[in-house]
Amino acid sequence: MDAMLKEWIGRVHDAAEAGKSLRIRGGGSKDFYGQALRGDVLDTSAYRGIVTYEPTELVVVVRAGTPLAELEAELFKKGQCLPFEPPHYGPQATVGGMVAAGLSGPRRAAVGAVRDYVLGVKMIDGKGELLSFGGQVMKNVAGYDVPRLMAGSLGTLGLIAEVALKVLPLPVAGMTLRFAMGETEALEKLNAWGGKPLPIAASAWHDGALTIRLAGAVAAVRSARQSLGGEEVGDAGAFWQSVREQSHDFFSGQDPLWRVSVASVTPPLCQPGATLIEWGGALRWLRGDLDAPLLRALASSAGGHATLYRANDALKTAVGTFQPLSAPLHMIHRNLKQAFDPNGVFNVGRMYPDF
Amino acid sequence: MAFVNDVRFTVDKRAILARLKKVLPPHLLLVEEEELRPYECDGLTAYRAMPLLVVLPETEAQVEAILRACFELKVPVVPRGAATGLSGGCMPHEDGVVLSLAKFKRILKVDPVSRTAVVQPGVRNLAVSEAAAPHDLYYAPDPSSQIACTIGGNVAENSGGVHCLKYGLTVHNVLKVRGFTIEGEAVEFGAEALDAAGLDLLALINGSEGLLAVITEVTVKLTPKPELAQVVLAYFDDVKKAGDAVASVIAAGIIPGGLEMMDKKATHAVEPYVKAGYDMDAEAVLLCESDGTPAEVAEEIERMKAVLEKSGATSLVVSQNEADRLRFWAGRKAAFPAVGRITPDYLCMDGTIPRKRLAEMLEAIADLSVKYGLRCANVFHAGDGNLHPLIMYDANQPGELERATGFGSEILELSVKLGGTITGEHGVGVEKVELMAAQFTPAEISAFHRLKAAFDARGLLNPGKGIPTLARCREYTQTRAGGINPAAVSPPRF
Repeated sequence: MDAMLKEWIGRVHDAAEAGKSLRIRGGGSKDFYGQALRGDVLDTSAYRGIVTYEPTELVVVVRAGTPLAELEAELFKKGQCLPFEPPHYGPQATVGGMVAAGLSGPRRAAVGAVRDYVLGVKMIDGKGELLSFGGQVMKNVAGYDVPRLMAGSLGTLGLIAEVALKVLPLPVAGMTLRFAMGETEALEKLNAWGGKPLPIAASAWHDGALTIRLAGAVAAVRSARQSLGGEEVGDAGAFWQSVREQSHDFFSGQDPLWRVSVASVTPPLCQPGATLIEWGGALRWLRGDLDAPLLRALASSAGGHATLYRANDALKTAVGTFQPLSAPLHMIHRNLKQAFDPNGVFNVGRMYPDF
Repeated sequence: MAFVNDVRFTVDKRAILARLKKVLPPHLLLVEEEELRPYECDGLTAYRAMPLLVVLPETEAQVEAILRACFELKVPVVPRGAATGLSGGCMPHEDGVVLSLAKFKRILKVDPVSRTAVVQPGVRNLAVSEAAAPHDLYYAPDPSSQIACTIGGNVAENSGGVHCLKYGLTVHNVLKVRGFTIEGEAVEFGAEALDAAGLDLLALINGSEGLLAVITEVTVKLTPKPELAQVVLAYFDDVKKAGDAVASVIAAGIIPGGLEMMDKKATHAVEPYVKAGYDMDAEAVLLCESDGTPAEVAEEIERMKAVLEKSGATSLVVSQNEADRLRFWAGRKAAFPAVGRITPDYLCMDGTIPRKRLAEMLEAIADLSVKYGLRCANVFHAGDGNLHPLIMYDANQPGELERATGFGSEILELSVKLGGTITGEHGVGVEKVELMAAQFTPAEISAFHRLKAAFDARGLLNPGKGIPTLARCREYTQTRAGGINPAAVSPPRF
């Protein structure tokens, strides 16, 4: 076993014995996400590097501490990518953090989320056991899908050491179109287009403008461009990057940022403050001091949930980062925590305060 | 063949029967042997067991009441859909109740705007696509059994099909599952939104083989129908070349709508049955499909042809119309029944391997065929490395089933050695429960048991399946001569 993994296992044992908790940290680019941080830092950034990468298999095996930028650069050299466009939020972002945070970017609605690309995981559980789940193949139903469960688990179930990720070829062609329209009309259009075989890769509505990105075969992009109309936006890379990385003006300033995930057909949420819509209408970003219980009730009735994405610790503690779960689901969460981390070593309280 | 379930319960049949009679009308409760007999197996007919009772609830309230009764009296529950599964996943437990969802067969909603359908678990896979067809939408996962298999079973097994390379498995096409825990608590996993708060429990429910919860409602994604689909048939004089061609297609940056392979034994079984017009002299045939707008398909078909030619295809045939295309696919989709015509019995394997090891695996299967003295036809979801070798045998010949099972086990063990898995889409069930020990360490198996306990602390849902007991694992490692030590497997294993 690698010396570093041995060292980590030692730290897990020590923490369990001392009744302390560890805070798993890659580059720290997503420290803002989740409840307030607790525990001694276990830094994964030194455990880095691509273990195997075989473009013809569409699979890459990566150590958790590998910088996300480094991985994406390697894939790009072979004409491939992580199609879900994970946000980095800083050059130090790591692959392990990407999986643990489970966040996906602009293309998510078209191609799936991080979790859809995690084929395998090697992890250390709360008892210090090194475990492997899943594999390097796309179809695999042996055992429960723990790799997928790890995506978005915020490190609460274990320490991710390595992941096997499915990758895809870069789209051959792309184009960005912009339409001047209000929120209601934009949502209607996005849902109508979603029902047609159009190569829409990403969408963003903000402040009276709907921007969509087409991606696919040359012919498909060309014919979609003809049928959709709109204004072609040259050099749109920077715009999509600003949405993905939240460097767009909408995200600046100190107002709390809410991430509201709803059924794409949900009408405008009509909350005070600014809105930015992604994922064909299924993701609504809201800014401002909003009424948390009201917003959560609204999200819930729209088939989704509201997350207090960026805010100060006081507000996060007051209203909770994540939408409360139903009683039976909450019980299953607690039981799963107990199953993987019985001594409460990993990222305690990062997702929900009680585990 | 008898499957000895090593997870047993002491059940008071009279007590559970009395409780169930209170919550179900008589016609929804089967007790007599002749009523129970049809439930003794699923699509894996080689393994059978008689249940204690069968219940056929019609409402969620009845499901809840049944589960509460079984939980209280500690009676195992085996959920069941259409029982088309190929791994014995819904084979009854001798001490338990079979909970059939066959009466949950209503399509509750098809919404063309949100592109979703809400269906009960007993709705057939194909019926969802049929209901969505007027809106030019369909449900993408298409297991070969789609005419009969039901959505609840698809979720439980995380079923695939011939188009999952591009369109994903069941897990990628399900938004929300409603159901009940063994305690009878209503739960919803997932959401109408693209994600749900908390841990991704939907990931666990898909492919959980009925071990975690009972499903009563499923919300699926519907996909816009491509305007056009065309398929290229590529023939090869050598299976190895065909295997390498698969890797080359992917390497060229093409993700075909479907990418399937059959060897000569399979085409020879299929052709007289379906008359697809396959070249009978070829050692292997690839079916490579492109879908999208007409211009897009034309562009991609040209790229596919170029790669396949370069990979040494002896001839290429492109479907010229929808009738052609369906005929070409009909052969592939009918491969299992076609093989069933030329042999009294067959076992269907389901390992997945990295694509680049295809040729190696084919050679090994040819050698094993000689070693065990049994024929084997090969049908592959080549695009995702999922293999369905069909091992032919005659159950009436003493020892043949055992030989077929040994043959199959060696194929699956090799799948693990080559960096793959023992099951790509058919599930572990009873068939491969022992072989889980070839793929996972005892520590990993224990983690699976703890995970199950998080949902089902008493271990009542579909016991003895999917995840082997540690005793069974030990037995496996001790008895398999040259058994695989997972830690010694060379490629990085997950």
